[in-house]
Amino acid sequence: MATMKLRARLKNGITEVKALIIHPMETGRRLDDAGNTVPAHFIQQITLARNGQTVLEAQWGTGISKDPYLTFRLRDGAAGDRIELRWVDNLGATDTIESAVEAG
Amino acid sequence: WNRKAFEAEQAEGALQGLGVESEQVSEQIEIIAPQFAENGAVIQIEITSRIPNTESIAIIAEKNPTPLIADFQFTPDAEPFVITRIKMAETADIKVLVKADGRYFSATRHIEVAIGGCG
Repeated sequence: MATMKLRARLKNGITEVKALIIHPMETGRRLDDAGNTVPAHFIQQITLARNGQTVLEAQWGTGISKDPYLTFRLRDGAAGDRIELRWVDNLGATDTIESAVEAG
Repeated sequence: WNRKAFEAEQAEGALQGLGVESEQVSEQIEIIAPQFAENGAVIQIEITSRIPNTESIAIIAEKNPTPLIADFQFTPDAEPFVITRIKMAETADIKVLVKADGRYFSATRHIEVAIGGCG
């Protein structure tokens, strides 16, 4: 199942990475139509790597919007670099997507 | 995952959970966000730190049920920059906290929210 889109582009010595993750990011406070609390379901950790080396990490709470959108900027880089984004949620689910850097 | 910081129900507790003892207001932190947000469920925010040796950027929405939204950790290979989208429960200040050389710096931005998005 594709849960992410990832695009990386090299421009003026900066590799710009844009990502869209498909995830409900449920806070655990929302009520469904029947009035039942929807259990918390949210991403807690993301890791961004370039050519296998971690370049940034983040921890998240429930305050990141549904279907998280991100832009990051990496120093330098080359067309063809492998960019990999991985997430782990509070239920232990995880996914990873990889993309090659395109020349600006 | 820093449970203590992320499950804190007050901004104070989130700061304690992050290990922040004192912070200095800095104009070297740029926050680009709308002044007025129609929908509190999706508010785009762009943050740039121009403080040398920035190690992390944390985002706190002071009136959210759990104020700490995110804590981004940067290696020297990444610019201390992020664009993301956040939820806000109500009109409040957003505090951005930057850690650099082991010290903490902050900037705040007031965002008016028409319809809260933390349900």
